Amino acid sequence: MTASTIETAGHGEAHGAEEPSYLAAKKGLMSWIFTVDHKRIGVMYLASIGLFFLIGGLLALGVRTMLLNPEGVNIFGADNPAQYKDWYNQVFTLHGAIMVFLVIVPSIPASLGNFLLPLQLGAKDVAFPKLNLASFHIYFVGSLFMIYAILSHSLDTGWTFYTPYSTTTSTSVIAATFGAFILGFSSIFTGLNFIVTVHKMRAPGLTWDRLPLLIWGLYATSVIQVLATPVVAITLLLLILERTIGIGIFDPTLGGDPVLYQHFFWFYSHPVVYVMILPAFGVISDMITAHSRKAIFGYKAIAASSVAIAFIGFLVWGHHMFVSGQSPIAATVFSFLTFAVAVPTAIKVFSWVATLYGGSIKFTAPMWYVYAFLFLFTIGGLTGIYLGALSVDVHLHDTYFVVAHFHYVMMGGTFFAFIGAIHHWWPKMFGKMYNETLAKVACFLSFTGFNLTFFSQFIMGAQGMPRRYATYAAEFQAYHVASTIGSYILAAGLFTSLFVMIHSLLKGEKAPQNPWNAVSLEWETTSPPIEHNFHGTPVVTHGPYDFPEIDESQATGHH
Amino acid sequence: MGHAADHAHSGHSPFFQHHFIDMRQQASSAKLGMWLFLAQEVLFFSVLFMAYFIFRTLYPETWLVAHYKLDAALGGLNTVVLLFSSLTMALAVRAAQVNAKKQQVIMLAVTIACAFVFLVVKYFEYMSKIGKGLLPGNLYSYSGDIPGAPELFFTVYFCMTGLHGIHVVAGIIVLFWLLIRAGKGHFNSGYYSPMENVGLYWHLVDLVWIFLFPLLYLVK
Repeated sequence: MTASTIETAGHGEAHGAEEPSYLAAKKGLMSWIFTVDHKRIGVMYLASIGLFFLIGGLLALGVRTMLLNPEGVNIFGADNPAQYKDWYNQVFTLHGAIMVFLVIVPSIPASLGNFLLPLQLGAKDVAFPKLNLASFHIYFVGSLFMIYAILSHSLDTGWTFYTPYSTTTSTSVIAATFGAFILGFSSIFTGLNFIVTVHKMRAPGLTWDRLPLLIWGLYATSVIQVLATPVVAITLLLLILERTIGIGIFDPTLGGDPVLYQHFFWFYSHPVVYVMILPAFGVISDMITAHSRKAIFGYKAIAASSVAIAFIGFLVWGHHMFVSGQSPIAATVFSFLTFAVAVPTAIKVFSWVATLYGGSIKFTAPMWYVYAFLFLFTIGGLTGIYLGALSVDVHLHDTYFVVAHFHYVMMGGTFFAFIGAIHHWWPKMFGKMYNETLAKVACFLSFTGFNLTFFSQFIMGAQGMPRRYATYAAEFQAYHVASTIGSYILAAGLFTSLFVMIHSLLKGEKAPQNPWNAVSLEWETTSPPIEHNFHGTPVVTHGPYDFPEIDESQATGHH
Repeated sequence: MGHAADHAHSGHSPFFQHHFIDMRQQASSAKLGMWLFLAQEVLFFSVLFMAYFIFRTLYPETWLVAHYKLDAALGGLNTVVLLFSSLTMALAVRAAQVNAKKQQVIMLAVTIACAFVFLVVKYFEYMSKIGKGLLPGNLYSYSGDIPGAPELFFTVYFCMTGLHGIHVVAGIIVLFWLLIRAGKGHFNSGYYSPMENVGLYWHLVDLVWIFLFPLLYLVK
């Protein structure tokens, strides 16, 4: 079937059919809470991320519902307009903070990355399995702080915690930022683990140019996680100190500078958006090849572009601060570099489209999500360029145009890729197939709902609708209503996806080992995998997208 | 788990972790892991170094006058103490590599002792600042005259040395763990990664101080 061989290194045990899968290998709650199996850790992350996505999503529906009317819609029963606006600030802040810190940043790396990285490398686990478990426990503790913040005095600063409001408001800023600080370590340790695993634990024959592009994506992501996260960690600690004892570095009355906070904050928070998208790029490469049964176009370009994006991504943070008063020279340099970072990104999009050409395309549910991604991410990415142009940004900064842009890239991009990837690897993870038709219905609803929700926001943003406003001028109501209706359709699509997954777990057909006939290493072991992943050490003799019929039809082939 | 038949490598360390192929891969992975951890520690401190440079540029007169309130002699003593502790740490690693158990324990004990001396000196320094009201931000209450923004100088001083001090404390905890393991004879020429990697961490803690000391205490 494939050209690689699995050596059995003198294993005395029974073969695949008799060794239990990782799901059945050990029983009981403790065997999950204290597992060091990367697959179980990935599944626990998946469940947690799903839970926080639900909470963050319900908050989003809250925001959208409150905006149906220019004077607001008092769904929470506020006593007066001032309290209503306070509560509105809390709803959108919590939506953003939960989605950024608890959902999107860990999303693909912590769940699918943890599950797939060792499998795709032919390893038994990550380099530091106990550190991996620690990452999950740290994520759990960080999330408790966030939950505490919500339940105590909530949060109303926006997920960006800008000073001076964050140092003076009476909401639970300290709990939330300390929670984010702790979550940062979860992120750093995962990134560290992945980098070492990729460097040191590749199977024999798995050279760097034979790595699945998901690995390249996770690798670049991990480098950013390790280098950028500590910066926000210390920034948030300084914010806590400013709030408690008033250390003064962000306080003009003591000689400090509130814009310094913005520089420190965005030095991490810009690279983190690449943490969000690079794994998505990785899963898209793996899915688009499998479902069009074609080797990736431009493997080296896609791999190198991941590294380039990671690098250039550290140099553009000032594009969040064009109107903060920073010098025009600094603004110009940031704008130029922002345009530059679009180049490797576009190279990927062109390469994916070229991959499709001449392929034998199967219109499976994962492929629907890939197409959705290509459309939505391209819009999101291009609108980032609009925002990167200085004079245009002066008009668009802090409007709904920005909100639409980042939802197109983070949700239309990362999250659609994530859902598609969950479908693609679901048979491997759980040994069950899912209902293709219903999965496609979910994709259609989500795609339609998403566009209705957010395209209208581009238009009203360009017409001047500011972001983070609880009430607005009557001229924007039609757009808001359209956006809200879209959000309900999107919610319906997402709930349908959830139903598809739960239904699959309860009643899904048993999955074959390799339902897509893909050729990367994870498909060479059982679905679901045994606890130690492979029965011996795999030896790799071909690339991750070298489908056998391609090898047969190419007389020479250059791999 | 029943992997007795799987052992192609006999006589390996009892600390071999079986998700690795051999000790070489394990040691190499552990070392790379520690270097990555150190990289993120550098980025962690870098924010404070940036704050230092920004505020020194904005308030040069403050830096010139305020730093005299720091005791350069005590700071210098701490520098020597940490440098010496790095030497003893390196000797401890060497002792593990040549199977010298007693030497390992002694060298680790001296390293820990030096770390405690460092903290005691810092305690006296901090107490003296607190006594004079030379404190960060809103806590500043010094009665003397320092131009510019002395509150920010002391914010930078306490944040940088404080964060460093926390790392010294964490180092002491890890060194104690290492001392106990060394005492039990865990480390030898076939397995000394934990010693070596803690050594790397300790050298970084020392290195950060080497930068902190001149920047804070020896400004000209």
